[in-house]
Amino acid sequence: MTATSFTLVVGVIAALAGFLGALTGLGGGVVIVPALTLALGVDMRYAIGASLVSVIATSSGAAAAYVREGYSNIRIGMFLEIATTIGAVVGAFLAGRFSTHVLAIIFGLVLLQAAYQTVFKGSLENVTPVESDALGRRLRMGGTYPLDGKMQEYGVRNVPAGFGLMFGAGALSGLLGIGSGAVKVIAMDRAMHIPFKVSTTTSNFMIGVTAAASAGVYLSRGYIDPRVAMPVMLGVLLGAFLGSKVLVHAPVRVLRIVFAVVIVALAIEMIVNGIVGRI
Amino acid sequence: MDDRRLEIIIGNLLRAGVLAAAALVIAGGIAFLAAHHGDHISFHNFVLSGSSLRTVQGIVASAVHLNSEGLMQLGLLLLIATPVARVIMAVFGFSLERDWMYVAVSLIVLAVLLASLTRAA
Repeated sequence: MTATSFTLVVGVIAALAGFLGALTGLGGGVVIVPALTLALGVDMRYAIGASLVSVIATSSGAAAAYVREGYSNIRIGMFLEIATTIGAVVGAFLAGRFSTHVLAIIFGLVLLQAAYQTVFKGSLENVTPVESDALGRRLRMGGTYPLDGKMQEYGVRNVPAGFGLMFGAGALSGLLGIGSGAVKVIAMDRAMHIPFKVSTTTSNFMIGVTAAASAGVYLSRGYIDPRVAMPVMLGVLLGAFLGSKVLVHAPVRVLRIVFAVVIVALAIEMIVNGIVGRI
Repeated sequence: MDDRRLEIIIGNLLRAGVLAAAALVIAGGIAFLAAHHGDHISFHNFVLSGSSLRTVQGIVASAVHLNSEGLMQLGLLLLIATPVARVIMAVFGFSLERDWMYVAVSLIVLAVLLASLTRAA
């Protein structure tokens, strides 16, 4: 493949990945890695390096747009980043020591369960505002977000459970070079009862910080090749920009279905790769 | 200064950083394609690149010499720095709010981030 056609093909794939990543809070990595390795035969290490770059681009690029709409919660994000960054460091450390096949399979199953819950359990969006529990109040995590033209209050619960899940999300990010936004959204939406749109946008905000915790390792290992990362970064930025425009107008129901479909695809991808020993 | 203002400032800072990074990557990318557009490139096998693309000093040096891959890599390095800048901004923001609990929270995150980044470099 010539340099020009490689750049164009990767750029288009990355734009699609960025669009989906911004829309769901998943980040582009989960789509980038399989697309580069399966469709273009790129070595896993280059794919993972470019994926990590795309993860940071998605997060930082869309943050301003989300913040303006008043969805993301910086206190929740910053507090939980303690868990994700430490998890990312531990994950990077464990990467060379543990079998990732087993981790990938287990994680795929956990994600399938989450997708099932996302589709079959009713939306938490329309229930009466939840009061924070004792720890959530002490950490002043509750906030407001725009709903039907008014500012809707919400509370935060089960901080320790969310914190634990966030550690797992960070470890997975350090292990596989993904943003692991799916687990972040699950931790906030499912465990901590935070409204879905607040969860996805806060997750998007956190993904960049988590990815930065393992970026230095990837750079020094030579996983980040600019010839692969260049079209990935630029494509993802374009896609993420478009995705952030759609997010604000997207109904929660559609978001949940998009989220579930992406999670199932991600789960199958991880399980298959784990079984054949490619992850 | 409240959370909302703080978030808007941080959001704008991030976008400025990303746009600057993108400008560097585009400049390097144009230079790269101008010189190598017809070349056949393959990434089927992993080949460890030279230190000029793997260390901060190496990247800066090759970018200063207007090496196209060095320029792209410097842009990517700037991109990696944007989340770090965001945490630093949060430390200042929470200080202005006199919210010492969240100043401490942000400092812990910053410490973890810098520890892992400097250890890699």
